[in-house]
Amino acid sequence: MKSAWRLTLVLIIAFTFAACKSTPEPVEAPEPVAEKPPVVETAAAPDARDYTDARNFDNPESLLSKRVIYFDFDKSTIRPEYRGIVQAHAAYLASAGSARMTLEGHADERGTREYNLGLGERRGNAVSGLMSAQGGRGNQLTVVSYGEERPTCRVSDDECWSMNRRVEIVYTAK
Amino acid sequence: MIDNVRKHAYRLLAFLLLLVTAGAAQAQLQIEIIDGNPSALPIAVVPFQWMEAGPPPIDTVDQIVSGDLYRSGLFDPMATEDMAEKPVDQEGIRFGTWRLMKVDYVVIGKIRTPADGQGHEIVYQLFDVHKQEAVLSRITTVGPGDLRFGAHRVADSIYEALTGVPGAFSTRIAYVTSTGLGKDQRFELVVADADGFGPQSIVGSPEPLLSPSWSPDGRKLAYVSFEQGNSAIYMQDVSTGARELLSSGKGINGAPAFSPDGRKMAMTLSRTGNPEIYIRDMATGRTQQITQHWSIDTEPAWSPDGRSVYFTSDRGGRPQIYKVPVTGGSPERVTLEGEYNARASIAPDGRKIAVAQGRGNEYRIAVWDIEAERFTVLTPGRLDESPSFAPNGSMILYATREGDRGVLSAVSADGNVRTRLILSEGDVREPAWSPVIR
Repeated sequence: MKSAWRLTLVLIIAFTFAACKSTPEPVEAPEPVAEKPPVVETAAAPDARDYTDARNFDNPESLLSKRVIYFDFDKSTIRPEYRGIVQAHAAYLASAGSARMTLEGHADERGTREYNLGLGERRGNAVSGLMSAQGGRGNQLTVVSYGEERPTCRVSDDECWSMNRRVEIVYTAK
Repeated sequence: MIDNVRKHAYRLLAFLLLLVTAGAAQAQLQIEIIDGNPSALPIAVVPFQWMEAGPPPIDTVDQIVSGDLYRSGLFDPMATEDMAEKPVDQEGIRFGTWRLMKVDYVVIGKIRTPADGQGHEIVYQLFDVHKQEAVLSRITTVGPGDLRFGAHRVADSIYEALTGVPGAFSTRIAYVTSTGLGKDQRFELVVADADGFGPQSIVGSPEPLLSPSWSPDGRKLAYVSFEQGNSAIYMQDVSTGARELLSSGKGINGAPAFSPDGRKMAMTLSRTGNPEIYIRDMATGRTQQITQHWSIDTEPAWSPDGRSVYFTSDRGGRPQIYKVPVTGGSPERVTLEGEYNARASIAPDGRKIAVAQGRGNEYRIAVWDIEAERFTVLTPGRLDESPSFAPNGSMILYATREGDRGVLSAVSADGNVRTRLILSEGDVREPAWSPVIR
């Protein structure tokens, strides 16, 4: 009898856990694959505005730590508030010739999947274009569109959709 | 008191085990009718006589036939237990009885082993109760293990005899499922019978899969896979699993669509920097660009005569359907109403185009009548997409949402009947109805 109870309890816990997991939750943005820069013991924190300093990738004060650019519905125009982020990463690319990045373009779920692949690419190209204009070189930049296939959020509402319309800057080499 | 608690615990345990088992079992499509047709034809498919050695299968041929006819929405099959008589040959049919039960058509039949001892022979007849005569008398022979397929063929013939349109029950459907979230997300490309039976994953991946497209002989599927980190087009033999990488250039490799003769494939490539429509010659592998515009040109769909390609383009500002000769040239706009029309599926007779039509945040399946230049909206929304015509043009399969999950539905081409196909877990999307497999 006791074992039946115990099994029931385990199953309840397992099931509750599974049920929780199935509720919509934001998916973590992919971590950059490149290694962390070697930690050097220095007294001073890095200057947040020095975009050639790789330590700023992990400095929340620095624009280099920001790697997602959001878009308006059915648009690929980079809003003014995101230009600084692109500028910062472009400055880093200009300073580190061996650095490479993939710009992953995404769309929200509205509209058809293949059209949204096109829209994601258009957004990726917009960021890539600005990145080049600010000092990044063509061979450092790759655009990949995922369309609506990789949402960070799965609720059908405005807030979630605005989170999904994005370009993620993913360094493949720093 | 304690006994009572124990009893509850056991019940709960049994219930939980059921849930666990249900989750572990291969996810099966369930089908139900959402909107029925009040003028559905009353028909009785009487249990077929099993004349082979050994026990009959659990899913009997007559039940499969009834299920097919029911799902089409055009028929209202009588439940076996409601039948006052179950005749197995013509002499046993008393038409007066069926007339009293308000049945217009009666099907009887038997299943026997063919003379060569291989497979099954389904011998059946369809009778018009009012005229008291046979409308159809036929023998359908299938190989060993194909009895289900045989039953679908019987339903196809009955459907054709009574509606004038060939049935599409013996066809298959392909679709994509997605389960899990984030790093645990998994995609499968699944092929099942048109009634959802026997789903089989033909490819699985942690990266997105989309846009399955059948070859006209029903043997191959082309699709888009992100398994290499970018979109790429593959072609896979459905039965052997052998596959070929067709396109994996820089940018988008998407929206494959076999030409009606199977010799060409239309696809979307963005190697020039933005998406354009290309035609690939399947024999030589050479591609020819047929659109050239800075806008998004994608989702090619062939006209049934193979001379033109319909596609989605936002060259006019928002996505609309355009048409271009397969040899290239100047595209003409086809859809003239609505703010967002995309992902065309062309009816087999070439006269209608099903699209995903957007209006604000609502997306519905709508059909554009090419000659009348008019849309008919077929579905209620909210996020309906990926329409795919049945090979006989009678139904359109599409993807929709229920709550936060994707399910498949089918709607009759006139919009009167909707059926829902639900997978027990995860998202189901990107349906593609196979051609008729002969």
